[in-house]
This record gives sequence, structure tokens and C-alpha cells, in this order.
Amino acid sequence: MRYIRPQSMEDAVGLLAGAAGPAAVLAGGSDLLVRMKGGFIEPELIVDIKAIEGLGEIKETADGFSIGAAVPCAVLGENAALQKAWPGVVEAAKLIGSKQVQGRCTIVGNLCNASPAADSVPALVAAGAKAVVAGPSGKRTIAVESVPTGPGRTSLAKGEIIEAILLDKRAPNAGDAYQRFIPRTEMDIAVVSAGVNLTLDDKGVVKSARVALGAAAPTVLLVEEAAQLLIGSKLDEATLERLAKVCAGACRPIDDKRGSIEFRRKVAGVLAKRVATTAYERAGGK
Amino acid sequence: MNFDPRYSGRNFSSVGTRPIRPDGVDKVTGRARYGADFNMAGQLVGRILRSPHAHAIIKKIDTSKAEKLAGVKAVITAADLPDLTDGDAAMYDILDNCMARTKALYDGHAVAAVAAIDARTARQALKLIEVDYEVLPHVTDVDEAMKHTAPLINDAIFTEGLEEKPVKPSNVSKRTQYGHGDVHQGFAQADTIVQRSFKTEQTHQGYIEPHACVASVNPDGTADLWVCTQGHFVYRQHCAQLLGLEASKLRVTSSEIGGGFGGKTHVWAEPVALALSRKAGRPVKLVMTRDEVFRASGPTSATSIDVKIGARKDGTITAAEATLRYSCGPYAGMWAEIGAMTAFACYKLENVKTVGYEVLVNRPKTAAYRAPSAPMAAFAVESAVDELAKEIGIDPVDFRIKNAAQEGTRASYGPVYGPIGIGPTLEAVKNHPHMKAPLKANQGRGMACGFWFNFGGQTCTDLNIGMDGTVSLAVGTVDVGGSRASLSLVAAEELGIDYSHVKAIVADTSSLGYNDMTDGSRGTFSSSMATISAARNAIKILRERAAQMWDISVDDVAWEKGHAVAKGETHGNLGKLSLKEIAAQSGKTGGPIAGHSELVADGAGVSFATHICDIEVDPETGSTRVIRYTVVQDAGKAVHPTYVEGQYQGGAAQGIGWALNEEYIYGKDGRLQNPGFLDYRIPVCSDLPMIDTQILEIPNPNHPYGVRGVGETSIVPPLAAIANAVSNAVGVRMSHIPMSPPRILAALEAERERFSR
Amino acid sequence: MAGVAVSTTINGDHVEYLCQPDETLLDVLRDRLGLTGAKEGCGTGDCGACSVIVDNRLVCSCLVLGAEAEGRQIETIEGMAHGDQLHPLQQKFLEHAALQCGICTPGFLIAAKDLLAKNPSPTEEEIRFGLAGNLCRCTGYDKIVRAVQDAANVMKGA
Repeated sequence: MRYIRPQSMEDAVGLLAGAAGPAAVLAGGSDLLVRMKGGFIEPELIVDIKAIEGLGEIKETADGFSIGAAVPCAVLGENAALQKAWPGVVEAAKLIGSKQVQGRCTIVGNLCNASPAADSVPALVAAGAKAVVAGPSGKRTIAVESVPTGPGRTSLAKGEIIEAILLDKRAPNAGDAYQRFIPRTEMDIAVVSAGVNLTLDDKGVVKSARVALGAAAPTVLLVEEAAQLLIGSKLDEATLERLAKVCAGACRPIDDKRGSIEFRRKVAGVLAKRVATTAYERAGGK
Repeated sequence: MNFDPRYSGRNFSSVGTRPIRPDGVDKVTGRARYGADFNMAGQLVGRILRSPHAHAIIKKIDTSKAEKLAGVKAVITAADLPDLTDGDAAMYDILDNCMARTKALYDGHAVAAVAAIDARTARQALKLIEVDYEVLPHVTDVDEAMKHTAPLINDAIFTEGLEEKPVKPSNVSKRTQYGHGDVHQGFAQADTIVQRSFKTEQTHQGYIEPHACVASVNPDGTADLWVCTQGHFVYRQHCAQLLGLEASKLRVTSSEIGGGFGGKTHVWAEPVALALSRKAGRPVKLVMTRDEVFRASGPTSATSIDVKIGARKDGTITAAEATLRYSCGPYAGMWAEIGAMTAFACYKLENVKTVGYEVLVNRPKTAAYRAPSAPMAAFAVESAVDELAKEIGIDPVDFRIKNAAQEGTRASYGPVYGPIGIGPTLEAVKNHPHMKAPLKANQGRGMACGFWFNFGGQTCTDLNIGMDGTVSLAVGTVDVGGSRASLSLVAAEELGIDYSHVKAIVADTSSLGYNDMTDGSRGTFSSSMATISAARNAIKILRERAAQMWDISVDDVAWEKGHAVAKGETHGNLGKLSLKEIAAQSGKTGGPIAGHSELVADGAGVSFATHICDIEVDPETGSTRVIRYTVVQDAGKAVHPTYVEGQYQGGAAQGIGWALNEEYIYGKDGRLQNPGFLDYRIPVCSDLPMIDTQILEIPNPNHPYGVRGVGETSIVPPLAAIANAVSNAVGVRMSHIPMSPPRILAALEAERERFSR
Repeated sequence: MAGVAVSTTINGDHVEYLCQPDETLLDVLRDRLGLTGAKEGCGTGDCGACSVIVDNRLVCSCLVLGAEAEGRQIETIEGMAHGDQLHPLQQKFLEHAALQCGICTPGFLIAAKDLLAKNPSPTEEEIRFGLAGNLCRCTGYDKIVRAVQDAANVMKGA
């Protein structure tokens, strides 16, 4: 096993592309080290990307935000501009693990770990976030939802690394929110979760919407039908009830140690309602 | 020895105060040494290979490849731990549990072990051991295991305790029965009868420190074992017997212990580490991973319990009956029997009958967990008692007060009670401000009672007085939560000196006589008794020395407040001699001054508690939140009240976790699905409110200071208190523990469906 | 497997060590440097018993590689007291009996120190959520929360 801390993205990509055996990218390590400890993965090469310039920064640009792949989630919460623009993304990122884990874990790592229950992913998908992928054949920018392809699997090719997550500049009258259901108050993996992102017109009517569910299917679910029924509404009781039904219906969950199919469906609907209400309030709706 | 253990009312000067514990600074600075914090020169790393199957015949184990791996110094299987148990069935079970002999009986059962120069090599070596299994059908559920069609776990087990000797083997190892009177007649007198069935899932003690030890066996048969344990003397006995060592040549040192709660009363890895060390000829350090702790240590029983209670309109219980089925892992146990004894212990009953069934399942061997077996029985009984009170229309506290056991009551498990605390705890609860705190929508209040026997047992203590007048106290009961502080207080009290002049330590097995484990809430009860006895013996010598210094008769020397006082008119002009002054002269008056005591601490006073819990339920998700919690418990005498409160709070917190979210989840393949703290959900700091405590002191007549054990009872009431609170909050009677959100939501949905029909 | 040479700072002292690339910082602290104050309760970041502070960030040392410590500033429980002067949190944990078995105590103290550094006047709820990554099985957390509240008051007054 080799541990290498490259100084440039080119070197990191080159190392991963040239690795003879299994190779792993190390940012926060909160998933990687657990998998290594459990014997689920024995990488031949560990590429620590934290020394690469710029990867540890959140940049505010004319187009919005660029969050480097090595930024710990705790830092997201400390960035006032990001917190103001995308409170749903930040609250999702801040739910991953404990304070201790927050000091290490990253949203890119959360995305690339490709767990159906990843907390930040539904919020990022609802936010319409994009991932900047660096690889042997150059850079490309893709929608976040196209990264995970199944539990533990991603669309990234050998040698590819996500170097940053992009979030748009925030429109006025917009708000997002994220909630998950866990049996305890902290330290759990989402049994089911929901992220909602809304933009309102001047009258408080929903102009655009994105609704995403986590732990409800093998990968994050972007529920188009749910978004459509919110658009044109002011989130009245009837709309919220329909939202809950549609979200419950859209779920394709499994029975496992964390929850049953039945429970996940019901609670997905409940959370969608609650999260949409919070997003609406944050967007300035009443 | 003529030690008089009877209670004598006295004014305390040290006992009842709250000083800082003697081991405190070590623990806040990281210096305290726990099981895994000790190392020996040249030590190897031990690792255990575990069965991935719930039930399988071990046809063959090939260790040759592992043995050839560079850096591997020993590989062992059951063949290296031959059966030396000489017909002792319980010891044979311990041996088989430490290393499977012919069958793997649960997911995680040890089948082989290695010792290597480092952890990486040891891990690689485990992968090179080839085990040929013949997988057998398995059973993990307690009710399923009782069916005639269930896979048989041990064909040598025939149910004991039946009227007719069974002809076929069974997964039920024993039937036991307790009670008195005639329940048929009693139910005939009842106006209202409540009959309910309950289930509780298996839980783990969840101590934060995994099992850890360092073993070193020498070619001459002497050996050392450093280990985190609740009872190093018992570990010595067991290890010596299993390894064929002489007990006195095996020195066991108990490290600081990072939680036990009953889970460190049993050997698992220690005999394996010793066997590895013996074979490798070097010390071996063996530390379990968290995954191993969950899969292969000793969780508590899963249960299935039926309860039937009848009462007259006036609220008098006329009869009570329970059938209790407790899983005991793949070996015979006595867990249902304890449940059958404790189930109705809070009540004064004319007609009572309990029947217990010990049920074998393909899960880890059940070990004690804080008041073992009592919480599940209390959950069933106290839930039914609440239902009965409701049906009759009497306040649940008043209903319990009316039926509470009292001094002179014949307990459902046999003995007649002395002075006890159930009535007083109920009265205290009735008058507690918590009972009047306002409740909001979806919030409910519940209460429940609990009982635990407490235990005394064999105890040996040494008290040595230094020439500077300070005292070293060597005890043999492991300090699991502050007993060195309480025992120092007791020594200071009895000698009449300041707490700061006493230093208590836990002595190793070669330095002190045999002590039973720290279990049964006996640590402070029994070792304080032995400490008082040792101090009285030391005082006798102090008086003799003073008499010598004064040249008067010892009969004229009394001991008062840390001083020898000359009595009688002729000695009126002699000043007092302090312990320090006598100690300073000890070299000239006959040598070191010490008090020793060895005794069986009989008369552990039974313990009762009543808890109140307020809970909020989210009716849309089934999520719960404990918003207020109060523990009222009898301590006999609280030696160090802060640590008594700590025991009350800790037990309540464990009970809350058990009630709401903790459970072993097995897959259809018989494998444990959640062997980690992520999915075995013990309460985190943000899950709990402050836990209010009220200490009652009803002196135990069988202890000089009135002390009763306090460690365990607090885990008994929470399951029922919370179930009763949930019932009062949202109107559903939860009969399956844990009351996880999916279970509560399902119950709420079922209730809504029933109403909409 | 070739060892990685690491040069780092632990409790203000310059430290150099050689570790395997897959070895965690926790293993390095405990097994190579003899700093056994950080405990391994789970090895998966779920219990917080191995908490240390790396460059002013609270982390689980079981989720950090020893190799990653290069050039960092690490604080462990062994560096919390100044000489024979206990940190106010250590003192208050003793006074409130905020420990029973004590295995979780070093992790709680480090996490509480980090919490108070970032929020000197936390509410009870902030303390509870701030310490939710540290498991205690003995105390029910009551006395831990009170000790942290008391220490916060003392530290503000100092």
C-alpha cells in the first residue's frame, strides 16, 4: 500500500489513472477509513488530495459558489454567504456524522461514496448542483445526480476525480431545505430524507421547484411529478397532501435494518411536506 | 472473627459527603490504564477467526497456510484448549463458547486464533485459515426456537424441571416455577382481568471499552493476565481451570474498566490469549473490535412474556400469573428463572404464579446485563398493571400503592421482606413536582416500578496504616463507577480520620484473598462491610498499641473520632492519642498496624425504584422524545450521593435506549445486521433530558451503615415507564420493545384503521 | 509496505515517527508514541472516544491516517492540563462526578474544549448536540452537561 499526497490535480489524476491495483481518493476519510477498517477495501494506492491548491476553498464567483473537494463540511457551515444562499445544502452537509466527522467529511466524498442514504446528495440534487470532474482526458461538468449509479457505484471513470461542486448564484425569492428521518437526534444514517428547492414569484407563487428524496431508492430520486405539482401553488394544505402522496408513491425503498418499505414511504411523504414548507418560508413565502 | 454486621443508627461525618474520587485525576488526564492501554515487552498481537454462520458443523480446520506466513508465531483451534472441565457442564459451555469445538453455534463464534508480530500480519493469517463448514438450519427467535419444528441446537439437552422426564431433546433447557397461593381461585375472585403478551428484543450492555487483555504464560506454568473485567478472581479461576494452570500461579490484574454492566463477568478472549501465549512462548495482547463485541460477547436475552393479572373493583389484586420465555444463546442459562423471580416482586400477592423457560437460540451466549432479566419482566408486568388500573378506573400510582409489598410481605419468589422501599418510592412519586408538570399535545406521562435482589458474596479486604498515619485500602471488588471513593469514605468514617488520608486500590489476585465479581450491585455493599470489619480489626490493634504506649490495660482504651481515649478515673489525666501518633510509634510498639477482613457479605437489602417519564410522540413518523425523567430509588444509605445519583441516571439512560431504539437485528441468514454503534443505537447526549433523581434511605438492617446496593435497579422500570407514557400520549399500547419509530407508527396506523372502520 | 516518515507537532512538542500508510493516527498515538489517553471504542468514528484536535478541528483520530499528520498541530488529552494545573473542564468533570468508568472522558474533555473554544456560552441544547458525537454509557450525560456548563461559567469569568 502506498500513501501519496500530490500537489497538483494533474499528478493526482495521473497517479489514479496509472494505479495497478485498487486506488482510493482520500479527502476526509470518514468513509474510506471505515471501509478499510472493516476489510471491505484494501487499496494499493491512497491519493490524499488535500495538498492540491484550491481544493480546500469555497470560492464565490459571479456564477455562484464553487466548493472544493477537500472542504470539510464544518467549513460550509462557517461560510456566511453560502449559508445565506443555500441553507438547505448547508444543513444537509452539517447533518453528516458528528462534530468530529464534520471536521473531516466532505460533500464530494459523500457524493462519491454513493450511499443511497447520503445526506448532502438530495439537497445538492434539489439545488441543481453540478460536479466538476477532472480526469485523464480533461475536465467536464456534470449534474450531481448523474454521479451515483447504484449503491457504492459511480459514473466516474478510472483516473477521474471530482474537484469541486458548483452551486448557482441564488435568485431572489428562493429557498431550499433538507430533512432526514433518524431514530435518534444525531449520529444516525438517514432512514429516508427529502430536499426541496423553490423559487417564488412576487406573489409568493412557486415558479420553479426541485424535489429530491434520499434512501428511497438505489440512488437519489429527483421527483419531477412532485416538482410539477408545487409549481403554480402557494403550498396550500391540499398541495402538500398531494406532495406527500406523490413522494410516497415515487419511493422504491428496501426493507432493511434501518426501516421498512412501508415506513420509508410514509415518512418520505411526511418529510417532503415539512421540507417544502421550510423551503417556502425561506423563499419568503407566507 | 466476631464481626457484627447489624445496622446501628449513627451520625456520619464522612459517609454521605461528596468528595472527588481517588482515581479521578488519572481519568481526566488520560493517564488511567484500561484493558488496551497496557503492553509487555515482546508482545504479539492476537486475533480471533469467527464463524460467519449461525449454525454449522466444523468439519475441518486447516491452519497450515496461516502457520507458514512470516511473522505468525502461533495458530490455535479448539485442539489447543483441550477439555479439562471434568464433567462441569457450565465450565464446558464456557470453554466451547471461547473456542467452538464441533459446531459453530452463532454468527461470531470463535473457531481459531492467531498470534503474530503485528496486527496486519495477524489479519492476513486469519484469511489463510481454511474452515470447512457444513451449514445447518438455524433459529434466532425465542418463540420460533420453542416450536417442535425448530432446528435442534444441542441434542444433549433435555428440558429440566418438567414433571415427566422428556424423551426427546429440546431447545428448552429448563422450566422453573415460582409463586404461592392458588391463581385459579384468585382469578375467580377478580372483577377485572387483564391479559397481554409482550416481546422484547435482545440488547447489549454497550460498554464503550471493548474487551482487552494481555496474557503471558511462562514455560514453568506461571502466568500473568492484565485484563478489563468485573471480577479478576473469577477470571483467574476460569482461566486456570480451562488452561490447566494452578490458580495461585496465575496472577490476574484488573485494569481500569471502561464499562461492564454485567458484560465483563464472563471470559471470552482471555483463555484464548493465554493459550496463544503458551503456544507462542511470548506475551499476547488481544483486543476485540467493536464488531466482535457485538457479535461475540454476552448480550442480554430476547424475551416473549405473557401476563395475566386480576383485581377486584376496589383495586386489590387477587391473582397474578406470568409465563416468561428468555433466550440464553446456544447454551443452557438461568435467565428466565430470574425473570420469573423478579416479575411480581413489587407486589403483595396472595395468589401468584410465574413460569420461566430457558430457550436456546443461535445467538451469542447470554450474559448478565444490569439487573439481568428483570427489566423485561417489569416491562410486561408494569404495562399490564397500568392497563388494569385504567380498566378499573384507579390512578396507576394509587393502584400500585394499594398493592405494594411491605415489611412482612411474602415475596412472590419466596422470602419474607424486611423493611423495604417500594411503598416509600411510590409515595415520593405521588408527591413529586414532576407529576404536576404541564403536558402538551402528543405528550404523555408514564410511571413504573422496579425491583432487584442485590447480592453480597465473598469479599476480602486489607487495610494498612502507614507510619505517617495514612491508610491504604486494598479491595478485591473491581471499581466500575466510583467505589474506591465510597470505600475510602467508609474507611475514613470507621477509623474517624479524614477522607483525604485514605487511598483505596483494587488489588490483584496474588495480593488479596478471593473476591466475587463486582456484580449484583455488591461492590460498595459487600466491600464496605469488609472495610468496616477490617477497620474495626485495625482499631483493635490501635487500641492495644495505645494501651502499650500508656502502659494501661487495653480494656481501658476506647476509640473515638480517630483517637485512642483512656477511660476510667485513674487515667483521666492522659491526653488523647491520634491515629497518626500511634502509627508513628508502631515500629517500636510491635510493628505495622493493619486490619484484615474476609467474609461472606450476607443480607444484601433488596432494592426498589419508581420512575416517572414524560414522552412526546410525533404521530406522523412515530418518532419519540423523552422530555422529562425522574428516578426515585431506595439506597439504604447513600455513601457517596453523587455517585449514587450517577447510578440512577446511568441505569435510566440505558433503560431509555433499550425501550426506544436498541436491538439486535438478525437477517434471515442468521447474521447480525447491526454490530456497530452506528446501527445499534445507544442514546446520544442530545437524545436525553436531564435525569432528575431522588434518593430515599431506608436502612438495610443487615449492614452496619444501612447500605443497600444501588447499581442495577434503575434499569428495571424505564421500559414500562416509557411504554406507559407512550400509551398515555397517543393511545396505543406498545407490546414490543424497542418502541422504535416504525413500530410506533405501525401501531398508530393500525389504531387509525380500527377507528375508521 | 514501506513506512511513511512523518514530522508533526503534538501538544506543542515536535514529534517524528515512521508509520505504515494504512495506520490510523489513533494507532500511532497509542502504539507508537505511548499516548494512550485517546481510546478506541469503535474504530469507525461512531463513539468519539478517540477525539483529538488537529489544526483547531475536532476529529476522531481513528478516521485520520497517521501519514496525514505531517506538518499539523495535534492536541490530545495528555496536553490538556498545564503542568499540575488542571484545565477547568477537567476540574469540573471531577467535581460533578461527570465520569463513572472514565473511558469516554478524554474524548468528552477534548470535544468539550473544542465546543467552548467555538462557543463560550452554549445553551444546554447546544452542549447536548455539540457532544452528540461522544458516547457515554455510564452517566446518562446529565452530570457531563452540568460539568460543561459550570466550566463554561468559570472560563468566562477567568
